[in-house]
Amino acid sequence: MTRISVRVDGASYDDDVEPRTLLVHYLREQLGKVGTVVGCDTSNCGACTVHVDGEAVKSCTVFAVQADGAEVTTIEGVGQGGELHPVQKAFHEMHGLQCGYCTPGMIMASIDLLGENPDPSDDEVREGIEGNLCRCTGYQNIVRAVRHAAADMRGNGSGPSANGHVAPAEVDTAAAPHVVGQA
Amino acid sequence: MIPAPFEYARPTTVDEVLQALAEGGEDVKVLAGGQSLIPVMRLRLAAPETVVDLGRVAELRGVREEDDAIVVGAMTTHSDVLADPLIRQYAPLVAEATATVADRQVRHRGTFGGALVHADPAGDLPAVALALDADFVIAGPEGRRTIGASEFFVDYLTTAVQEGELLVEVRLPKLAGSWGMHYAKFNRVAQAWSIVAVAAAVRREDGRIAEARIGLTNMGPTPLRARQVEEALAGAEATPEAVAAAAAHAAEGTEPSSDLNAQADYRQHLATVLTRRAVSTAAGL
Repeated sequence: MTRISVRVDGASYDDDVEPRTLLVHYLREQLGKVGTVVGCDTSNCGACTVHVDGEAVKSCTVFAVQADGAEVTTIEGVGQGGELHPVQKAFHEMHGLQCGYCTPGMIMASIDLLGENPDPSDDEVREGIEGNLCRCTGYQNIVRAVRHAAADMRGNGSGPSANGHVAPAEVDTAAAPHVVGQA
Repeated sequence: MIPAPFEYARPTTVDEVLQALAEGGEDVKVLAGGQSLIPVMRLRLAAPETVVDLGRVAELRGVREEDDAIVVGAMTTHSDVLADPLIRQYAPLVAEATATVADRQVRHRGTFGGALVHADPAGDLPAVALALDADFVIAGPEGRRTIGASEFFVDYLTTAVQEGELLVEVRLPKLAGSWGMHYAKFNRVAQAWSIVAVAAAVRREDGRIAEARIGLTNMGPTPLRARQVEEALAGAEATPEAVAAAAAHAAEGTEPSSDLNAQADYRQHLATVLTRRAVSTAAGL
């Protein structure tokens, strides 16, 4: 066992971990931070993305011992004072998810992207989240959500500069007739 | 999947690393950024007895200028390489190729030296280091030695770094004068490895190509120099026709693998196409 000290979502923890423990398992099983999920277990899908010292990483591809002394932020720690983070809010408002499994990682990767590029184009968003896989949405509304959040965080509530509207994304019913059928 | 148990060492200096490697037992692995090692350990394709974590060895990080070279510490992360002004100025080919490595999460952890020592044939940086004639500084129990890129890549996933040794830094020559560079990569989907890629650095002089250096990714078990193309380009007119004629030699002497992504003959075709594109862009055509 190796002793580690980490700050996770603003709280300090001292724990003994096996060196082989992956950060995602430490977060979920030892700290109960189950907002961070395990998707693929092969470093591909990005669902387990968290920030270590402010940088997005795949927590299934980091040993917990490597985070010793670091500041870790999970999806559970991005909101402030009971308020959703602007990116969380944008995913909600723009319908940037269906099943929601990829969402914690999508949001953590997007926050990282927006820290580097506060006004990304659609293409830049798609490249910025290339490490995150969504098997439901086709990414359309995810990209809209990230650009909406970017506008919000720049202090411009009027949505992405390219189209300027803030209404929730329209669901493409033509591509999903079974949804209409049920409604 | 959870890796098999291992002994963990976290030295803080290169000397301590060498000591830990010497004392690590039969099967000791160096952990740099872990973006290749940890996946392999999770699959239990590797189950080292000891893992020596370089994360606290500050002297292995960063980029500095030294006379006619820029020196990249082995533990410099891909994102730090991308943000570095010296790299941008003197080795834009490195920045361009690094930007195509995996995804932003992996680039935050993965390291320049780790990618080179891992020496995956589909990895992007080995062919770039080869094209740039990089020098590799390796520390071992007997001291430090420097070897050129042409001797560094030995075989599939195998470099000249021996057991008990550590890659410390990589020296990239500042390419003075009118060098243009381009990395042309072909892959199918986001964050995928190169099916084939070509790294080109071209020096133009009076409307001609004075010198070209071309590295091929994933055209064999190690990165390769496209020597026949380089020879055909030396002194050639900087025209699309001359570049296309030279690029037609790109696959000569190569024995790429066939796999689910591509058959060998398709890879050879890609090599000629990507070489033409990489050289054309590098030459400003």
